[in-house]
Amino acid sequence: MSMRSKTFGSRFADVCIWAILLLLTALCILPLLNMVSISFSDRVAAQANEVGLLPVNFNVSAYQVLLGDAQFWRSFMISVERVVLGTSLNLLLTVLLAYPLSKNKREFNARNIYMNLLIFAMLFSGGMIPAFLVVKELGLIDTIWALVLPGAVPIFNVILLMNFFKSIPASLEEAAIMDGATKLKVLFKVYLPISLPALATISLFSIVGHWNDYFSGLLYMNSVSNYPLQTYIQQLNIDATKITDVSQLKALASLSNQTLNAAKIVVSTIPVLLIYPFLQKYFTTGLVIGSVKE
Amino acid sequence: MKKKKKRGGQLEYHLMMAPGMIFLIIFSFVPMFGIIMAFQDYSPAKGILGSDWVGFDNFTYMLQIPDSMKILRNTLVIAVGKIIFGTLVPIVFALLLNEIRLKWAKKSIQTIVYLPNFLSWAVLAAVFINMFDFHGPINNFLQALGHDPIMFLGSNDWFRSIIVSTDVWKGFGYGAIVYLAALTGIDPGQYEAASIDGANRFNKLVHVTLPGILPTIMLITALNLGNILNAGFDQIFALYNPIVYETGDVIDTYVYRVGLLGQQYSFATAIGLLKSVVACILILSANELSKKLTNMRIF
Repeated sequence: MSMRSKTFGSRFADVCIWAILLLLTALCILPLLNMVSISFSDRVAAQANEVGLLPVNFNVSAYQVLLGDAQFWRSFMISVERVVLGTSLNLLLTVLLAYPLSKNKREFNARNIYMNLLIFAMLFSGGMIPAFLVVKELGLIDTIWALVLPGAVPIFNVILLMNFFKSIPASLEEAAIMDGATKLKVLFKVYLPISLPALATISLFSIVGHWNDYFSGLLYMNSVSNYPLQTYIQQLNIDATKITDVSQLKALASLSNQTLNAAKIVVSTIPVLLIYPFLQKYFTTGLVIGSVKE
Repeated sequence: MKKKKKRGGQLEYHLMMAPGMIFLIIFSFVPMFGIIMAFQDYSPAKGILGSDWVGFDNFTYMLQIPDSMKILRNTLVIAVGKIIFGTLVPIVFALLLNEIRLKWAKKSIQTIVYLPNFLSWAVLAAVFINMFDFHGPINNFLQALGHDPIMFLGSNDWFRSIIVSTDVWKGFGYGAIVYLAALTGIDPGQYEAASIDGANRFNKLVHVTLPGILPTIMLITALNLGNILNAGFDQIFALYNPIVYETGDVIDTYVYRVGLLGQQYSFATAIGLLKSVVACILILSANELSKKLTNMRIF
């Protein structure tokens, strides 16, 4: 490629490619930067829609007010609790399911029956109402378990990890079994240590999934004080979207505290931004390797 | 002796499967039995076992009300829009990015465009409600160009386009990953051979690059087709409001609104059942289709 002659056409193409790519990149980041700028701006400027890419009259007063907002932090901690419980459970169940399923039918007779049940559960569902009624009948409404248990088995992740396990040489397992190890020991002492990249990928997917979900909070929490963070954020939006005509829209715009809401939104994305660099390292390979089989 | 050892192994496998299967039974299979509500006039007081049977009444009612056609049309229009643009944009982006030789620039662009995919629709809805506000940045820009401001999120003319474009915005970078992986898999020898034959960049794109990623494109498209009844609940629910029910109400939002909020449990379950059956058939056919076309499948 280095010997490519730089004709005029080729140079022109390069300029166009760079221009389009930079435009796309800008389109992705600018709306987010705008939100950050609003959070650091003067209230009056924010309400008058004068904030662009840079804060107007830079200040952190919105964040100072936010520090004292008890409901925000309560929701924040509910989300943290959900992520910890949910991801641990997801991971444990995924590992325990993926290992037997990675065996062939000869080694594990019932393998295909289980596999078909999992795929059926992934493709077909009773729908929102029956799922809601089950959670309700179990008395989980308004508890953290309503956010954690219904999604305890992430079937797509099970398939991903199963495919990863399949690529591990059988000789490793045979050697461990010769030494008298049980299957459980083989899984935890042989398979898991060499599966760290795959485990990292699926746990990060779990973390982001649990952190970002807002709907189950809305569905399963009757009391607003039990809302996880994203449900809390979504409720802030409701004020702005539940409009029936233009005049109402104007009235609401002057009522809502834009800088404070922007600060809440910025803080709610920080955990994702913190794990994002680790996430990116793994998902590009993890996603491609585990998801497709020939 | 050998047989005995094998049996022991089997039992251990079953025990390992048990915890996960118990959760699946409770939260996936038990709700499937709840589907019988679709054939009842379910009343919470009487419960599933005691409610009156009504046969297919809920389904015939569905065919009679005008809402059905509206939500089906909305669902299909939005989903098809997302499939078309959600496939094209990542491909074009991957092809463009593939032309960049500066390593650090490529990495930086990737880091930024993957990011929106990892933010929640609750957060992004806030961002877009602000961007598309009557006095927001986009309308300011339009006014600078001499346009009248538009109430984007309260307009039935605009709502679907905004849903499709913001969804593409969120996902195109992440969607490009599989194509970028496919592009690195193309044999460099093919490009050299094309160069020797006097091919320019455009010729190489048409004759080497595109055929090289075609199987991936077909696989992804086939799988997306299976999702045609999923217009994207989280996104639409976070962005819509009563003014745009006309163009924005899709199957899932309708089930939530009429079923859960309106307490028409049986009717909503009937709608959900139809959706589940059709979606299941579509995904299985898509999987078969992609196996035929590309020899690749998901399950």
